[in-house]
Amino acid sequence: MTYQPQADFGTPASRADETVTLTIDGRAVTVPAGSSVMRAAAEQGTAIPKLCATDMLESFGSCRLCLVEIEGRKGTPASCTTPVEPGMVVHTQTPRLQQLRKGVMELYISDHPLDCLTCAANGDCELQDQAGAVGLREVRYPAGDNHLGQCKDISNPYFDFDPSKCITCSRCVRACDEVQGTLALTVQGRGFGSKISAGLASDDFLGSECVSCGACVQACPTATLVEKKVVEIGTPERAVVTTCAYCGVGCTFRAEMRGEQLVRMVPWKEGKANRGHSCVKGRFAWGYAQHQDRILKPMIRASIDQPWREVEWDEAMAYAASELKRISATYGKHALGGITSSRCTNEETFLVQKLVRAGFGNNNVDTCARVCHSPTGYGLKTTFGTSAGTQDFDSVEDSDVILVIGANPTDAHPVFGSRMKQRLRQGARLIVIDPRRTDMVRSPHIAADYHLPVRPGTNVAILTALAHVIVTEGLADDEFIRERCDEDEYRHWADFVALDRNSPETLEPVTGVAADLVRGAARLYATGGNGAIYYGLGVTEHSQGSSTVMAIANLAMATGNIGRRGVGVNPLRGQNNVQGACDMGSFPHELSGYRHISDKAVRDLFERDWGVSLDPEPGLRIPNMLDAATDGVFKAIYIQGEDILQSDPNTAHVAAGLAAMECVIVHDLFLNETANYAHIFLPGSTFLEKDGTFTNAERRIQLVRKVMSPLNGHEDWQVTQMLARALGLDWAYTHPSEIMDEIARLTPSFKGVSHQRLDAEASLQWPVDDKHPDGSPIMHVDGFVRGKGKFVVTDYVPTDEKTGPRFPLLLTTGRILSQYNVGAQTRRTANEVWHDEDVLEIHPVDAEDRGVRTGNWVKLASRAGATTLRALVTDRVAPGVVYTTFHHPETQANVVTTDYSDWATNCPEYKVTAVQVAPSNGPSDWQQDYQAQSTRSRRIVQRDAAE
Amino acid sequence: MNSLDTLIRMANQIATNLAHEPDPAAATAEHIHLFWDPRMKQMIRAHDGTGLCPVAQAAIARLAMAA
Repeated sequence: MTYQPQADFGTPASRADETVTLTIDGRAVTVPAGSSVMRAAAEQGTAIPKLCATDMLESFGSCRLCLVEIEGRKGTPASCTTPVEPGMVVHTQTPRLQQLRKGVMELYISDHPLDCLTCAANGDCELQDQAGAVGLREVRYPAGDNHLGQCKDISNPYFDFDPSKCITCSRCVRACDEVQGTLALTVQGRGFGSKISAGLASDDFLGSECVSCGACVQACPTATLVEKKVVEIGTPERAVVTTCAYCGVGCTFRAEMRGEQLVRMVPWKEGKANRGHSCVKGRFAWGYAQHQDRILKPMIRASIDQPWREVEWDEAMAYAASELKRISATYGKHALGGITSSRCTNEETFLVQKLVRAGFGNNNVDTCARVCHSPTGYGLKTTFGTSAGTQDFDSVEDSDVILVIGANPTDAHPVFGSRMKQRLRQGARLIVIDPRRTDMVRSPHIAADYHLPVRPGTNVAILTALAHVIVTEGLADDEFIRERCDEDEYRHWADFVALDRNSPETLEPVTGVAADLVRGAARLYATGGNGAIYYGLGVTEHSQGSSTVMAIANLAMATGNIGRRGVGVNPLRGQNNVQGACDMGSFPHELSGYRHISDKAVRDLFERDWGVSLDPEPGLRIPNMLDAATDGVFKAIYIQGEDILQSDPNTAHVAAGLAAMECVIVHDLFLNETANYAHIFLPGSTFLEKDGTFTNAERRIQLVRKVMSPLNGHEDWQVTQMLARALGLDWAYTHPSEIMDEIARLTPSFKGVSHQRLDAEASLQWPVDDKHPDGSPIMHVDGFVRGKGKFVVTDYVPTDEKTGPRFPLLLTTGRILSQYNVGAQTRRTANEVWHDEDVLEIHPVDAEDRGVRTGNWVKLASRAGATTLRALVTDRVAPGVVYTTFHHPETQANVVTTDYSDWATNCPEYKVTAVQVAPSNGPSDWQQDYQAQSTRSRRIVQRDAAE
Repeated sequence: MNSLDTLIRMANQIATNLAHEPDPAAATAEHIHLFWDPRMKQMIRAHDGTGLCPVAQAAIARLAMAA
């Protein structure tokens, strides 16, 4: 579309059901009660001049530009702060108003640099627009005191702050407060001395608490806060709405373009997942798309000790197909497999699993959800009947009690984290169950009512203790249970949790959490009104990950917190399309829509459509593939968009598995760590270069739209199709919409989904079927998908990963705001400025015992391996617990993690590893060996040189 | 840990976590049937039972009978 800025109605929409009719400039308009006059005028199509107002923020009434006259009232009230009333008669343009506005604007412009022609915001500046709108033609004031010529703050890698251009409208400060909730910005001083400041006067933006979400930049009506890319490139000339490729929140953005050059990503205000907000990754960290490290030509090599050789696509495909066929003929078809990616689209993921099932002839397909949310799929399907969260994000607006367990939303799901904080500041109560004191526990204007600093590995015990209190103190919702759940199973569960051995007092030595905290938290969750549970990988990545998910479901059912807004069980998905990858049949035991491969009726459906016979037996999961590889029976793998060497546990075992294969095909943007063990590299395309869909954590399916041509020449679905055709499959898709049509044809929960419909309606939340033709924001409203809700006894089973004299500390891992997963994308952006290495958080007591200080190199060792990294001494972690992130391959935190896993799904037990920490003076043996191998493996013989 | 050791550990884990099912051995067998690939099932069936807990042993016996 041609560039148009997003519509701005001046003040937020009212959610009132009743309406008010008034007259504005002689025309009647009907709007929801509680709307401002400014909003009513905007909805009617009348743009009242404004500067301090924007519909992302509450009205403020400071700029005095939006004055109106109202019949029967004295003066000229600000339209942004004046609510509509029935019969009100408003005039927005009169000689008096024109004169007042001109006067106000004249004052603003008298203290503003008149450099419009060379200003980065020229043509995209509200101040400029409003000067025109009020008819300002001259500034009569002589030169005097002003704010011109002040130093710019260019410390932030993504945007500049030029105080000379600031009109002190406070939109940036209010955006930081109301939208983001960080409160990093403030207005320092008073009157003429007022100045926007990030933190203390001594701070610059980079050194302040600013999290670079960009809400202030978006809110700024001048060029005071402006993206460096706009300064560098110029203003955009078109905009395309697309979906972010980072976390599972699924923010939608306007990719604002000039030609095929991306100028900036601006959160789309109509996006239902993000409501116009973003984080530093989605808004700014897209530079990796053009990074010099991108591999744009296919490459092959006979063995991993050889350098790569660039080839044409045809040669790469022919080589890949011949190798796959050779291996299948030599070792049998079960020697092949594939891994789909949660970073790729639904359509691409569907094709990879189809390639494995229909092309390789087995079910050896898995996805990276194996190592994150596979227990969610198992646990919620078992208890509720559907492998997905129950709510939409808007639901949190009606929550009274929010229980966050094993999740760090302000870092890992920051846009939803801000929504959550907004609700908490409105008065909702908060329970946090986490070994670390995350920012949710305490940050400006946020304080958890209860923080249960649970010992890693004891989630089931603490949840059972909560259930014990609910059952034994008569806090269960008997009516809900009677109507909606299997009562016999409930009684069995209730009898179990009521046992003395499950009381908070008995379990206190196990969980490390004081019994009175557990009792208080349980009472609050059960009796505090609408209770919503949000959880993340701190729940799933345990030996009892699936049990923990079911324990959460038990709690929600026992308290009746399912089936309406404000409640529910909400898995916060790590990557952008984890939900979608799971939906698309990426797991080895089930086809799309979570239907088991052994179901003949389902298999018949696919066999008829695909024209092949399908293997009725489940295939290998990722860890099973690696085990089979080291056993010598699994020989070839096609990996799309995943870096299992860095992301999966026990790196040495992953490396051994990959090294044992004869054909590793990596399809990715970069030569990732896994590619060090690959024989064929197929260049991938970024989310900016492809069409398709992502499905976010609230089951919301949204379009990904191509905004530029793929640098590698092909979208990823096309690459998979080329491989399929080289193997003899007659695929002939011409657009991802045709793949989605096939998905809809074969998957009941996607029956009503199509690209055409998504284009028209922006998003749909599955199931979209005959019963729910417009989708399902909230699930299990009239009953559980499985019929009666199933209570499952979840007995605490201690992990086999024990601390002892050799490894006395517990390591738990996680993420940080500025980096994403293995960092393949964010490490190739300016986000490195915030987190250029993984560090080890260690409690002061443990640090003191070992003579470790912040910044010291330490060796982190487990029974699986050892690595070195710098220490950060902090009481964010409890004594006995250490924590690190896994974003950097130089550290390779997963060298240390073990291959222990969840009992039901094999999801790795990343969150509990017994370790020792000791001062170190250099890299571990693994790091040294790996660095040498990595350098050797990344050699490329360019095509021209080879010829 | 070799593959068989891993499978033994996995089977024991499943059995332990399904201990509260009405028929733990049947539930364990069903879980393995639904989620393990044929080679893994064959390996555990062929194993002599060493290292398996009683419920897992019973489950594997059921799997062997059904195969």
